[in-house]
Amino acid sequence: MIERELVIVGGGPSGMAAAIAARENGVKDILLLERDQYLGGILNQCVHTGFGLEYFKEVLTGPEYADRFIKKIRGLPDIEISLRSFAVGMTGDKVVTFLKPGRMERVKARAIIMATGCREKTREMVHIAGTRPSGIFSAGFAQKLINIEGLLPGKEVVIVGSGDIGLIMARRFVLEGAKVSGVVEIQGQSRGLVRNIVQCIEDFDIPIYFNHKISRIYGRDRVEALDAVRVDENFNEISGTKFALKCDTILMSVGLIPENELIEMAGVAIDRKTNSPVSEELNKTSVPGIFVCGNSFKVYDIVDSVTRDSLAAGKLAAEYLGRARA
Amino acid sequence: MKEYDVAIVGGGVTGASVARELSRYRLRIAVFEKEEELAFGVSKSNSGIIHSGTQNQPGSLKAKLCVRGNLLMRRISRELGVDFKEVGSLIVAFTEEERLELLKIKKESEALGVPGLRMVDPAWLKKHEPNLSDKAIAALYAPTTGIVSPYRLVYALCENAAGNEVEFHLGSKVKKIISLPAAENIPRFKIFTSKGDFRARYVINAAGLYADEVSKMAGVGGFEITPRKGEEFLLDKKREHLVNHVLYPLPTKISKGILVIKTSDGNPMIGPTAHDVSDKEDLSTSDEGLREVLENVKKMIPTIREDDIIAYFSGLRPVAGHDFIIRHEAVAPGFINVAGIQSPGLTSAPAVALMVRDILKDNGLSLRKKIFFHKYRRKENHLFSIPFEKAGKLIKKDASYGDIVCRCEMVSAKEIRDAIDRGATTLDGIKFRTRAQAGRCHGSFCTARIMKILAEKTDKPLTEITKRGKGSEIVKEERGND
Repeated sequence: MIERELVIVGGGPSGMAAAIAARENGVKDILLLERDQYLGGILNQCVHTGFGLEYFKEVLTGPEYADRFIKKIRGLPDIEISLRSFAVGMTGDKVVTFLKPGRMERVKARAIIMATGCREKTREMVHIAGTRPSGIFSAGFAQKLINIEGLLPGKEVVIVGSGDIGLIMARRFVLEGAKVSGVVEIQGQSRGLVRNIVQCIEDFDIPIYFNHKISRIYGRDRVEALDAVRVDENFNEISGTKFALKCDTILMSVGLIPENELIEMAGVAIDRKTNSPVSEELNKTSVPGIFVCGNSFKVYDIVDSVTRDSLAAGKLAAEYLGRARA
Repeated sequence: MKEYDVAIVGGGVTGASVARELSRYRLRIAVFEKEEELAFGVSKSNSGIIHSGTQNQPGSLKAKLCVRGNLLMRRISRELGVDFKEVGSLIVAFTEEERLELLKIKKESEALGVPGLRMVDPAWLKKHEPNLSDKAIAALYAPTTGIVSPYRLVYALCENAAGNEVEFHLGSKVKKIISLPAAENIPRFKIFTSKGDFRARYVINAAGLYADEVSKMAGVGGFEITPRKGEEFLLDKKREHLVNHVLYPLPTKISKGILVIKTSDGNPMIGPTAHDVSDKEDLSTSDEGLREVLENVKKMIPTIREDDIIAYFSGLRPVAGHDFIIRHEAVAPGFINVAGIQSPGLTSAPAVALMVRDILKDNGLSLRKKIFFHKYRRKENHLFSIPFEKAGKLIKKDASYGDIVCRCEMVSAKEIRDAIDRGATTLDGIKFRTRAQAGRCHGSFCTARIMKILAEKTDKPLTEITKRGKGSEIVKEERGND
C-alpha cells in the first residue's frame, strides 16, 4: 500500500483551496482525488456571475472562479492530482480506497481532508404525493443538462423551493425560451440570496408563491401538472386554497445536504439531522486527522466562504501533521 | 403471419417463468409485453420476498404453489445467477392473543409443508433482531423465507429463455384475439397486437392487471381484476442492518400486513399498504400511505425514521378473488388463464410454470425435450455486491469497471453497458438491472452520463432517451435547434 502524508477527496473549490493552504503551510506530499475528468467541481456548470465578490473583490462566473484556483494548484509542486478517481471506501485508520479506469488503489494517509461538497435534496425527501413521471429534476441536474450538455429539459416549468440554484435556473429557463409558471416556497420568505430573488425572479415577473407547498404531482409518463396549496405556520394545508399549475417539468430546490457517506464509513460521528460531522471546532471531526471542509462540513451560501473555510482546513491539517505551528 | 405453438401474454415474472420452463421443449414460443421493457408492470413493484408459505389458506392454489415455488426458486436462482438469500422471516406477536394466533398459523403452515417453523421468545429476538421493539412477546420464525431482486429475476429468466429461442415482442400490446374452429394443423388463435399479427396454437394469459380484459378477448369471462394498491418506501442503504429478517405483523384479511423487508439490494423496505383502487394505471403515492406505513412499522422497529426514506413507489396487485386462477378454459380450447397472480405470486412463479406446463400437456400439446437446453446463464457483475479486492481484479480485466458512473450505489460504466447489451432500452431498465439512479441522490449525479451511454450504444439522439418508454422522454430538445 502506498503511503501519503495528506489525501484530499474532492477537487472543487473546497478541495483545491485546502490543497493550496496545506502546501503553503509546509505539507509536501499531497494526493488530491477528483472523480470528474476536470477540476472545479460544481462551479463548472455555474455559468452565471456573482462569484468572487468577497474573496477576489471582482465579479466572476463559476468557471472563472474555479480557473484561478486550477492555475494556482497546477503551479504548485508536491500536489498530485488524480482525476476520474472515485473514492469508494475509507477506514478509521485512514486507508482510502479509490477506483479509476483501469485500477483500484489503496492509500494510507497520515491525514485526510474531505471536500466532497453537498447533494441536493430530492422530491422523495420532502415526500410529495402523486405519480412518478419523467420531468422531475433537481435544480442542479437541470443546470447541468442545460449548461454542460446543451439539452433543454422542459418548456413549462414549476420550481419547488426557492434555494439559490432554483432561482438561478428560473432565469435560465426563461432565457432558453421556456415558461416558468411559478416558484412555490413553503416558508414565508425565500431561502435564497436577495440578489437572486431580484435578478432572477422579480426582474422576469415570475410568480412566487410563499407559504405554499406542492400537494400532488400528476402525469403518467411525463409531468402534466401539480397542485399547490397554501399552508399555515405549521405547514399544514389550508383547505380551499388548492390550485393547479400546468407544467411539463418540476425542479426541486428544497435544500442541500453535506455529502459525508465516506467518513461515516470510517466511523466518524455524523449528525443525523444535518448530515454534517459532529464537531466542536470548525473543520474537525471525531477522528483526529480526518478533516472536513467546504459544503461537506456545512452548506455555505457563497463559494467565497467555502474557500475561506477550506484554506483554514488546509492549515489545520498542516498543523496536525506537524508542518505548521498553530 | 408468423406462427407459434405457445403465445404468452405478459412479460412479468409469471410469463417469464412459463417461457423459461417451456423453452426446455421443442416449441415455438413468443412472449408479448405491452410495455417497452420486461418486468415493467406488476413485477417491478414486487417487494422481492420469497415467502416460506405461511399465511396462506389451506387447500388453496396459493398454499400449494408457494411452498413448492420457494423450493424451486433456489435451483432456478443458482442456474440463472440470481442472488437468492435465505434470510428467514418472523411474524411478530405483541399480545397473548396474537401469540395464540401464531400457534394456529404454525400448525396450519406445517400441514402445508412449510419446513423448520418454530416459535421464538423475547431472548432469541433480542439476540437475532436487536432493533425489534421490546414489546414483542414472541414470533414465528420461518427459516426458509428468502429475498431476490424481482426484476433481476425476470430479466434473468427472459435472457435465459431468449437463449433457448423464445421470442420476445416488447412494446406489443395485444388488442384482439380470435379463436378459430378446430382444424388440423392450423393454429387456433389469431393474435392482433400493436406491432403485428400472429397465430398461436395455445395462449397463456399472464397479463397481470389486464388478465380479465385479455381473457374476454378470447371470449372467456368469469372474473374481474381489481387493482389493490400497495405503497412501499425504501430506506437508505446506510440502514442496511436495521433488520436481519423479513418482519411481518399478524396477517390481515386481505394482506400480509405492513412489513419491514430486507431486500437483496441492501436498502430496507417498509410497506406495503393494501387498498383497492379502480384505476389500473394509478401508481400514485399518498401522504396517507406514508403515515399508515410509518405508524405500523414503528410498532415493530421503533427506530425507523421518516428521513431514512430515500424512495417510494406504489404497485398494484392484480386481485381476482381470494386465490390464483390457473386453468384451461374449455370454452376456448387452448386458452389458459393464469390470472389473479398477486402475493405470493413471485414465490409461486416457478411452480405456476410447472402447473401450466402440465395443463398444456393435458390439453394436447406434445412436449418433447430439446437435445440442447441451455440451463445456465452467465451472471453479471455488480460492484456493489462484491468486496473491494474482487472489484480490483475486475478492473484489471476491464478498465471500465473502474469508471464509476453512479456514486451512491457504486455502479461502473461497464455495468451500464452490460445492462444495455442484455436488453435495457430505458433509464428505468438500466436502474432495475444495475441500481444506478436508485440511490440517495436519485440520479441527479449520474443520469446525464447514463443517457449519453444509452444514446451512444443504441445510436439514438439524447432527446429520444426515455425513463420508461415513449412519452417519458427526459429532455425536450437540444438547445439552439429552433
